[in-house]
Amino acid sequence: MTPKTPVGITAFGAYVPAGRLQRNAIFAANGWFNPALKGLAKGERAIANWDEDPITMAVEAARDCLTDMNREALKGIHFASTTMPFLDRQNSVIVKEALNLNDMTPAVDTSGSQRAGTSALIQSHATASVSEGAVLCVAADKRKALPASESEMLNGDAAAAFVVGCDRIVAKLVCCQSLSVEFVDHFRREGRDTDYGWESRWVRDEGYLKIIPTAVKAALEESGCRSGDIDKFIFPITTRGVAAAVAELCGLRAGSLCNPLGEELGEAGTAHPLLLLAHALETAQPGEKLLVIGFGSGCDVMLFDVQPAIAELPKRRGVSGWIGRRRVETNYMKFLVHAGMLPVDRGMRAEFDQKQALTALYRNRKSVLGLVAGRSKETGSVQFPRSDIAVDTRAAAAQEDYPLADRTARILTFTADNLTYTLDPPAYYGMVEFDGGGRMSAEFCDASMDDMRVGRPMRMMFRVKSADEQRGFIKYFWKAAPAG
Amino acid sequence: MASGIRDKVAIIGMGCCKFGERWDADADRLMVESYGEALADAGIETDQIDAAWLAVGFDAVNIGPSGIPAAMALRLNDIAVTKVENYCASGTEAFRGAVYDVASGACDIALAIGVEKLKDTGYGGLPVRTRGTMFDMVGIVGSAPGNFAQLASAYQARHGISRDDLKRAMAHVSVKSHANGAKNPKAHLRKPIGMEAVLNAPIIADPLGVFDCCGVSDGSACAIVTTPEIARRLGKKDLVSVKAISLSVSNGWELQGNGWDGSYFHTTRIAAARAYKEAGITNPRSQISLLEVHDCFSITELVTMEDLGVSEVGRASYDVLDGMFDADGKIPCQIDGGLKCFGHPIGASGLRMIYENYLQLLGRAGPRQVGKQPTLALSHNLGGMPNQNVSAVAIVGLLGP
Repeated sequence: MTPKTPVGITAFGAYVPAGRLQRNAIFAANGWFNPALKGLAKGERAIANWDEDPITMAVEAARDCLTDMNREALKGIHFASTTMPFLDRQNSVIVKEALNLNDMTPAVDTSGSQRAGTSALIQSHATASVSEGAVLCVAADKRKALPASESEMLNGDAAAAFVVGCDRIVAKLVCCQSLSVEFVDHFRREGRDTDYGWESRWVRDEGYLKIIPTAVKAALEESGCRSGDIDKFIFPITTRGVAAAVAELCGLRAGSLCNPLGEELGEAGTAHPLLLLAHALETAQPGEKLLVIGFGSGCDVMLFDVQPAIAELPKRRGVSGWIGRRRVETNYMKFLVHAGMLPVDRGMRAEFDQKQALTALYRNRKSVLGLVAGRSKETGSVQFPRSDIAVDTRAAAAQEDYPLADRTARILTFTADNLTYTLDPPAYYGMVEFDGGGRMSAEFCDASMDDMRVGRPMRMMFRVKSADEQRGFIKYFWKAAPAG
Repeated sequence: MASGIRDKVAIIGMGCCKFGERWDADADRLMVESYGEALADAGIETDQIDAAWLAVGFDAVNIGPSGIPAAMALRLNDIAVTKVENYCASGTEAFRGAVYDVASGACDIALAIGVEKLKDTGYGGLPVRTRGTMFDMVGIVGSAPGNFAQLASAYQARHGISRDDLKRAMAHVSVKSHANGAKNPKAHLRKPIGMEAVLNAPIIADPLGVFDCCGVSDGSACAIVTTPEIARRLGKKDLVSVKAISLSVSNGWELQGNGWDGSYFHTTRIAAARAYKEAGITNPRSQISLLEVHDCFSITELVTMEDLGVSEVGRASYDVLDGMFDADGKIPCQIDGGLKCFGHPIGASGLRMIYENYLQLLGRAGPRQVGKQPTLALSHNLGGMPNQNVSAVAIVGLLGP
């Protein structure tokens, strides 16, 4: 497909959770069972915290992507993942609420294979083309893998996001090509947590080395580009030697291969090609041509042409920034528990009934999911949550919406609680006060005792508040993470 | 202008059961024990009681809703029994109901009884519970120690006091209460402890260690009140009267406004000021003889000294370390051992505090009787958490002839 009118990426962003499980820690725990893992025990993989899932990671990537951008301009949101927390509660709508997007924003969940990320990105271009508006495309994955499996070593948790539109394009879509074929390298049916995969040699020889070059060839033919014109080859498979072999079969320059970030964070499922594309765009120069591959039940190929507007994009944390925000984890058992792969005795305090009144959630969705406070029209004072009668003036119905999520908060009070139930003791929490007014009690995430000081700047993050295990519901809310 | 409650109501009987891990007793039996003592003290029969106010904090592992459980356990005379719940200040709330009931003239003799059976939860600490659908979506399901520990962080920041110095003052609070509790046969924890043990105890919620936290106990306490005239008609000579009862409930300003720094209890300051006015107290530091405060945690007691105006703001740690609140100090505090040694059966605590003040005023506290005859004794009963709470202050004293 070649767009009839110019359309492309107008902003990019990413999110990588701070936790980095050392692969040698995985091997130390599992080598007795699977000695072959030693060959993979290099570098580290990104691991979501216990309170992070594809929805929360998608929100963070989207916020990164939307840096200094008017969210009102968004005409749609596409969310791709094969590990969506909900099968029937639209995941993209939760992301939309967290981002405080207009209720008139179309929202679409895309899933089905590891190719869903690129498929959503292609679909976003189509939507943007038709609507001539901007569309947010985000992909995130937090894939479970059995202990001692190769996937456990190779996977990483992360998210990437793009705004696709027609104005101020930073990477124009030259063309895209999709190839759909029932090539089952792995599968996971409904109700299962982990994948079942086929022999890697077959996947490589019959899959990567045949399917991808076929699609790339078709895309290049349609675009009129020559293989030698490609400056950056964005290939999401980290298996050693595969990227180079595919590049050679496609006739690409050896230097065009992008760092697959396998040693830094691992393969992030549907998000991975998008994450690598966002990474490449951080340093891309106008005129460069980027070829992106998405693989799964076939193949997506996208060809981008980097535009001069890339120099004007406001600075964001981006893939590199999030990779730099890093907490080394060597506790494999903790990883298993947080990943939901090992039940532990949580104690009676964890038995607290987390049933969510869905009526109340709907009524208060702006406060709960959007972290929108009220600001007095009279005095300008901010209060959270907003209420019918203002706390200072006692005036009725005199508050306007005032989003807090992107404002810096500062610790006012704190504790590290060893008694209350949390999957990551101690529980850090306290009161925070926002620059510009407003305050709240907040759980602190990604924090340590070193962060506990009055006045410390914090950044709000959308997280899992609790899970109702009995009924299968997840409650989301905002927590304060150490800024910086 | 309200005339206030001062000297309009007298206490003619009080009771308090043995607090502790009462594996042997349901809430019913705990009530029967405290009620029996109060009834004997008052020298009246059950059918002389016109109304009862029952304080209970938790429904889930206790006696359930309504006033019926008290009416049944005590076999009250088909009278009005009102159940009240106002977080951990419920005990004083029941007392307030009974006292106002008498003062209004609606009844002659009223009973206030508080009870809590906490040790049926299966785990230590207070039961985890909902605070309503909205709170559960945006609030923190932290522990009580975690909620109160935050006071310490804000207090340090506001007054520039180091964690170690504050910890030492907090430790003194607990050491003092344990020394007092050791002399009280009704207390749950009766072992004296030393500073080092407190300072080196495992951390529950930073900076609170195990010994900075009160115990968790079952218990019941109650009061029988009437008018001074009826009390005298019943043959009572030395009368303890109610000088003031004041209650202040957060309206959300601490957590939703922009002025509170987290280092003190806004409501306690208000409740104390109102109570002092009602009781005619102009200088609490010199006029109050005895304090029973809500020492759920050592930091709470320390900060409360300032909020009650007996210590200057920022000076409580110095007063504590100077021994001002020790048994032989200027204003003994927690002479019975406090929540620290009695534990905190929610509904009972406020009445347990008044019980001790009542005994001390009448010189009936035995080996722990304070040296100097007290004249005005204050109890402070707090519920909720520092940023959203219910603070109750009750002042009782001897009623002149």
